[in-house]
Amino acid sequence: MSASLSPPDPGDALISMTGVDKWYGSFHALKSVDLQVRRGEKIVLCGPSGSGKSTLIRCINRLETVQQGRIVVDGIALDDSAQAVDAVRREVGMVFQSFNLFPHKTVLENCILAPMRVRKASRAEAEATARTYLDRVRIGEQAGKYPAQLSGGQQQRVAIARALCMEPKVMLFDEPTSALDPEMVKEVLDTMIGLARDGMTMVCVTHEMGFARQVADRVIFMAEGEILEEATPDAFFRTPRHPRARAFLGEILAHH
Amino acid sequence: MSYSLDFGPVLAGFPDLLRGCAGTLFLAAAGMVIALAIGIGGVALRSSPVPALRWLVIAFVEVIRNTPFLVQIYFVFFALPLAGLRLPPTPTAIIALGLNGGAYAIEIIRGGVGAVPKGQVEAGLALGLHKRDVFRFVVLRPALRAVFPSLTGQFVMLTLTTSIASAIAAYELTSVAKLIENESFRSFEVYGTITLLYLLISWLVMRLFALMAWRYFSYPVK
Ligand SMILES: Nc1ncnc2c1ncn2[C@@H]1O[C@H](COP(=O)(O)OP(=O)(O)O)[C@@H](O)[C@H]1O
Ligand SMILES: [Mg+2]
Repeated sequence: MSASLSPPDPGDALISMTGVDKWYGSFHALKSVDLQVRRGEKIVLCGPSGSGKSTLIRCINRLETVQQGRIVVDGIALDDSAQAVDAVRREVGMVFQSFNLFPHKTVLENCILAPMRVRKASRAEAEATARTYLDRVRIGEQAGKYPAQLSGGQQQRVAIARALCMEPKVMLFDEPTSALDPEMVKEVLDTMIGLARDGMTMVCVTHEMGFARQVADRVIFMAEGEILEEATPDAFFRTPRHPRARAFLGEILAHH
Repeated sequence: MSYSLDFGPVLAGFPDLLRGCAGTLFLAAAGMVIALAIGIGGVALRSSPVPALRWLVIAFVEVIRNTPFLVQIYFVFFALPLAGLRLPPTPTAIIALGLNGGAYAIEIIRGGVGAVPKGQVEAGLALGLHKRDVFRFVVLRPALRAVFPSLTGQFVMLTLTTSIASAIAAYELTSVAKLIENESFRSFEVYGTITLLYLLISWLVMRLFALMAWRYFSYPVK
């Protein structure tokens, strides 16, 4: 079963990247990347540092522009039109390694800003939604605190709740646990696992292989801007085909 | 040669001097409001997608920062009537102070914007906020917080610069002092007294800014 990942039906793809090339100046950061993500699918993206994982997911919500190829998110073709970018960003949530909570806003204020400005929700609606998601990431009691008053793990859970408040169709995670003290990794991963169980479509850049085994439908391995391997977690961890993937897994396992 | 002090004229004119202080504070406060608006607006325009607007801001800052304030205030005083706008000295002084302070504020606030981590902007954009909203709701407050001490210094400077508005006879402390001096010839006593009054005014402005910092920028940071 490992080798027989049928190519996803493009009609069912929530995210579709075809022939995407990206250069930073003369540096070729993404090399004809093809990636289809179905609704409800959970993807774990891994690979050595500098392989283009962040660049890839940042192209999905247009934090990076591409020079070549086609990216379609929820039926919206990302081009240079501001409307397309706006529409895509409304449907795509993102969680960063460094949390990026707004330091001058309380937890609740962090969560209601975008729903009020972008979705034009009333304050009451936005607060109700925010409290729902803050409770869901089990941080409801901290709603009145400022980010600096929370631990890293708590901040990252708030960041997840903040993204969920926009009720996105897909969530992108860029190494959400890499900046955390080890004892806080679990609370964030548990939150993500909960989200996965609720059926969220997720693209996660992470080296947490336990998480990958538990929730990923597919693991995608990148190196030097290329997707070198796509497999089920089982197949990827048991019998990685590409030599670079084998070397990478060797290193990861040596560290754990 | 001995000089005998006589504070009589100063004492007699003290109510006028106090009104002069009020005039100075009014010029300063109005100038600061305009300067802050120009500072924030200028920084926003400086990253406008329209090149002409960006160049306009850069040119404005260069012109103001490389010419004397006295010349600027004369320019506004004599140029506005040519453009058909005849204003009394005090509004003229406020405009000149606002333009001058605004140019410096642009440079200071720009530094603050540069100090806000890129991730903050990205988080705002990823949430779907437009660039304008990211500036207004995400970047501005931390940026102002980062440069608030410099901004305070600049606005104390603006307060003291109001003194130059005496050149066009705007109503403020130095103008009042000149009148008393012209009538009494008690130069040392008059200027000694307003030196102390300016010190007091500066201190007051600094306290007000400290209060503002406490009110708006005291959110905890790591
Ligand atoms: N803004 C940028 N300008 C120039 N080079 C960049 C920029 N961002 C990333 N890169 C380069 O692109 C490559 C891929 O980066 P990135 O996507 O961050 O990798 P990863 O997330 O896999 O560690 C790296 O070699 C990095 O140095
Ligand atoms: Mg990265």
